[in-house]
Amino acid sequence: MTTIALPSYDDAIGRYEPVIGLETHVELGTNTKMFCGCPTGFGAEPNTQVCPVCLGLPGSLPVANRAGIEATIRIGLALNCDIASWCRMARKNYFYPDMPKNFQTSQYDEPLCTDGYVDVDVDGETVRVGIERVHLEEDTGKTLHVGGATGRIHGATESLVDYNRAGIPLVEIVTKPVTGTGARAPEVARAYVTELRDIIRSLGVSDVRMEQGSLRCDVNTSLNLPGAEWGTRTETKNVNSLRSVERAVRSEIIRQAALLDGGGSILQETRHFQEDTGDTRSGRSKETATDYRYFPEPDLVPIAPDPEWVARLRAELPEKPSVRYARLREAWGIGELDMQSVVNAGAVELIERTIAAGASPAGARKWWMGELARRANETGTDLADVGATPAQVAELQHLVDTGKLNDKLARAVLEGVVAGEGDPTAVMDARGLGVVSDSGALTAAVDEAIAANPDIAAKIRDGKVAAAGALVGSVMKATRGQADAKAVRELILERLSG
Amino acid sequence: MSAISREEVAHLARLSRLAVTEEELDRFAGQLDVILQSVARVGEVTAEDIPPTSHSVPLTNVYRDDVVQPCLTPDEVLAGAPDQAEGRFRVPRILDEEE
Amino acid sequence: MSDVTRMTASEIAGLIKNGEVSAVEVTTAHLDRIATVDERVHAFLHVDREGALRAAEAVDRGEKSGPLAGVPIAVKDVMATKGVPTTAASKILEGWRPPYDATIVERLRDAGTVMLGKTNMDEFAMGSSTEYSAYGPTSNPWDLGRIPGGSGGGSAAALAAYEAPLAIGTDTGGSIRQPGAVTGTVGAKPTYGGTSRYGLIAFSSSLDTPGPCARTVADAALLHAAIGGHDVRDSTSIPQPVPDVVAAARLGADGDLSGVKLGLVKEFAGDGTEPGVRAAFQESVEALVKLGAEVVEVSCPHFTYALPAYYLIAPSECSSNLARFDGVRYGLRAGDDGARSLEEVMSLTREAGFGPEVKRRIIIGAYALSSGYYDAYYGQAQKVRTLITRDFQAAFERVDALISPTTPFVAFPFGSRTADPYQMYLADLFTIPTNLYGGPAISVPCGTSEGLPVGFQVMAPTMGDDRMYRVAAALESAVGTLTPPEL
Repeated sequence: MTTIALPSYDDAIGRYEPVIGLETHVELGTNTKMFCGCPTGFGAEPNTQVCPVCLGLPGSLPVANRAGIEATIRIGLALNCDIASWCRMARKNYFYPDMPKNFQTSQYDEPLCTDGYVDVDVDGETVRVGIERVHLEEDTGKTLHVGGATGRIHGATESLVDYNRAGIPLVEIVTKPVTGTGARAPEVARAYVTELRDIIRSLGVSDVRMEQGSLRCDVNTSLNLPGAEWGTRTETKNVNSLRSVERAVRSEIIRQAALLDGGGSILQETRHFQEDTGDTRSGRSKETATDYRYFPEPDLVPIAPDPEWVARLRAELPEKPSVRYARLREAWGIGELDMQSVVNAGAVELIERTIAAGASPAGARKWWMGELARRANETGTDLADVGATPAQVAELQHLVDTGKLNDKLARAVLEGVVAGEGDPTAVMDARGLGVVSDSGALTAAVDEAIAANPDIAAKIRDGKVAAAGALVGSVMKATRGQADAKAVRELILERLSG
Repeated sequence: MSAISREEVAHLARLSRLAVTEEELDRFAGQLDVILQSVARVGEVTAEDIPPTSHSVPLTNVYRDDVVQPCLTPDEVLAGAPDQAEGRFRVPRILDEEE
Repeated sequence: MSDVTRMTASEIAGLIKNGEVSAVEVTTAHLDRIATVDERVHAFLHVDREGALRAAEAVDRGEKSGPLAGVPIAVKDVMATKGVPTTAASKILEGWRPPYDATIVERLRDAGTVMLGKTNMDEFAMGSSTEYSAYGPTSNPWDLGRIPGGSGGGSAAALAAYEAPLAIGTDTGGSIRQPGAVTGTVGAKPTYGGTSRYGLIAFSSSLDTPGPCARTVADAALLHAAIGGHDVRDSTSIPQPVPDVVAAARLGADGDLSGVKLGLVKEFAGDGTEPGVRAAFQESVEALVKLGAEVVEVSCPHFTYALPAYYLIAPSECSSNLARFDGVRYGLRAGDDGARSLEEVMSLTREAGFGPEVKRRIIIGAYALSSGYYDAYYGQAQKVRTLITRDFQAAFERVDALISPTTPFVAFPFGSRTADPYQMYLADLFTIPTNLYGGPAISVPCGTSEGLPVGFQVMAPTMGDDRMYRVAAALESAVGTLTPPEL
């Protein structure tokens, strides 16, 4: 293997123009598989979610899941596509053990949705990414490679196949070639996948989680000299996070520029993104040689969406995520970066519902993006599954707003809520965490603190109000944190004035 | 002129995962040539503006509801398996690249 | 009591219903007959003695009723039967016991029929003589040195040998009708989509049609009614009730065809039909005219392209349908010595598991679907299919049904057509157009030539199954049924 000195990214992009394209697979969140009634849950014991149809047993036949068709049309509509009035599924023929029939039921020259676009925002500027097609197909099973290093196929002595995933509906979204992005190509790629993810999530048709593989992305990249024809493209697979999308494009631009600079040519090939190094590595080199012998799937009849059905689905489309986020940003009074964090954390709906349950935007955001996000992160769960509901968070914030809890106590109460001990008020009462509001007890504690700290008390009497902080701390300590610091401070100032 | 060469038959057999013998290749090449020359007669029909028929029933939009149905039991799933391990179908090592 | 094995299905059902004979007695008589003759005929690949007796006992206990309750039936080995070996006559599926029943098998069980076992066939239903079975050929009960037709030779021979009064066949290019013709039995291919394909091991999905085999037209209609109708598990199943074929057969048996207009396909006139077959057919046409039918000649100009179109479409679909037999999930695995890769093991498995005709068709199919050849072969064949459909539609505007010999020749001796695959394909010359169109067609015996049965084919418009039963029953009433020589 020859090592070529790599140019810097700025250097590379200064000489060449990139053309990128993205193929994204989205696993739909239907209850059942695309062509049979088997469940689609993630993580079941191997081969427990299979039947004669998805196992490809001789004689079995597929019947299409209406929900899969509907979800594909909804995705197409949300991406501004035309919906075919008549199209067919096709068989893509090739042998691989994770495909029970040794053909994949997919779509070929008659995709369900065509010719759409997505507008993405990059550094405040709108870039339109054209959508070539959106089509429906079935997922494959999962193969476990045994005997080789780190589960890789290379060097494995045998493989074990689980067909639970086989037949789960997949929607493939293919962009048109994206040109004219210049140096921003990596950012555009990332922004596109982000926007696509948000749109699909807003439709509720998939949980679009890259780390679980329900959203998978292949990135095509080529370079050409300004004004010249497009170069040969490579396809980078195994791109499993938004950050990787950006890194994959960037590293492929640098790699290709180095090759072209040295007078070499680009091989049309499949490459694999390496999460650890951020490079792409050559994969199988054929692709073009494969003849999939597509033909219309004779076991399924054509799909001919009723125009009224499509019109109804169009009318029911949710607000575009970008529009919605702009609206919420305004309403919540936060900046773009903060909003992006909320989106990335999957907290938009949770915060909205918490506000709807009576909390202030700031209060709602504070809990979901602070304490709860930290917990979700630590335990590797979804924020939505962290153990607190929007109603509980709103109740918690209300207890703080009304002085029944201070910040520290509220965190302790939240811990109880997450642990399943009940709603915030119940936890507060059960754990005895309420703010000490008995004015007699509080006055006694304040007087005690004043008596124990005559120097400080003197300073406050002299008008150095800032010194009150030390006395507040002392009272809080005495009440084991269960006092309202603001009330304590007011009481101290009141006792020491005049 | 022959419609199909021995090399093409060998390629198609490989594509179809058939480890045909040399003797079979010789025999098939001759037989397939006769068959293909005969079936190539479909080309005599002028059919430029004729739509193809893939299905003989005029049905469209046959769907089922998204409702879970019973699966096979693990025993039923693996009963016919030539080889298995850990509840999965065991296969020999897979070549790194296809063909 | 006379021999129940010589009775029709409706006679048997009547006796059982009236308590004159038990279902177990009927079943035992047929199992005994199989034990006596099947060594010579080899109609069955598997006899399910225990399963049959259990089903018969259930009928005798009154758990099942209906017009076919207690009637024994033989099922072509291409239909999945839960727990009962199903091989499609291929080595690649040797020993496979499906974990599920085909819809038709389920309906047969619900109707109280008694499945005797699974019948022999050409491997994966590819062939016209049953010589391509991996388990040895079936003999024609009329002459044990001759073929019983194919692919459903086992089902047809079981009827002609009085091993079963009813059988299930599947017809992709004539596999029900042609064996019916050469064994002197009745075989009907229903309208495509009129009988469920769920559980039928696919050969060519857009053509495969399961259907009834019997010794009389009335029995075939009874069986057709029992297995037909919409199935939600088959997307290509027609969501309408089956036409009343039983009433149509009854009507036809009255022998009156006045007002019925029949069409002779002009393009079938010259095509290498044996003189004896031609003569028997001609006599039958005259018999139909005597019953009041009007017979005219119609032209279906594209029928001459049906055979080439079929031998592109069927192999193309089969090359894909049979890809699943790879030694991973079920069936045979060959060459797995621990050193070979999966690709090698798959290739050795398929090489060892498939017979020559199956391999030929897989290769033709892969060729016809290849990117460089798709338009010229598969694509063009699909267009020819449209033209053939239009020919049928135009013909059915003029006539109620089309008629022809079922097959150009009588049962031929073993080995006489296996050397040249294309000669074998000619057996389906007259049956194939119907499969490409999707309409129903039936073969009914119409006499003999050289002492061997000749079949008469009636083709009707899609969902006009009742029409063909009426004409077939009328012909049967005029020329009678055929009785094979004693075995």
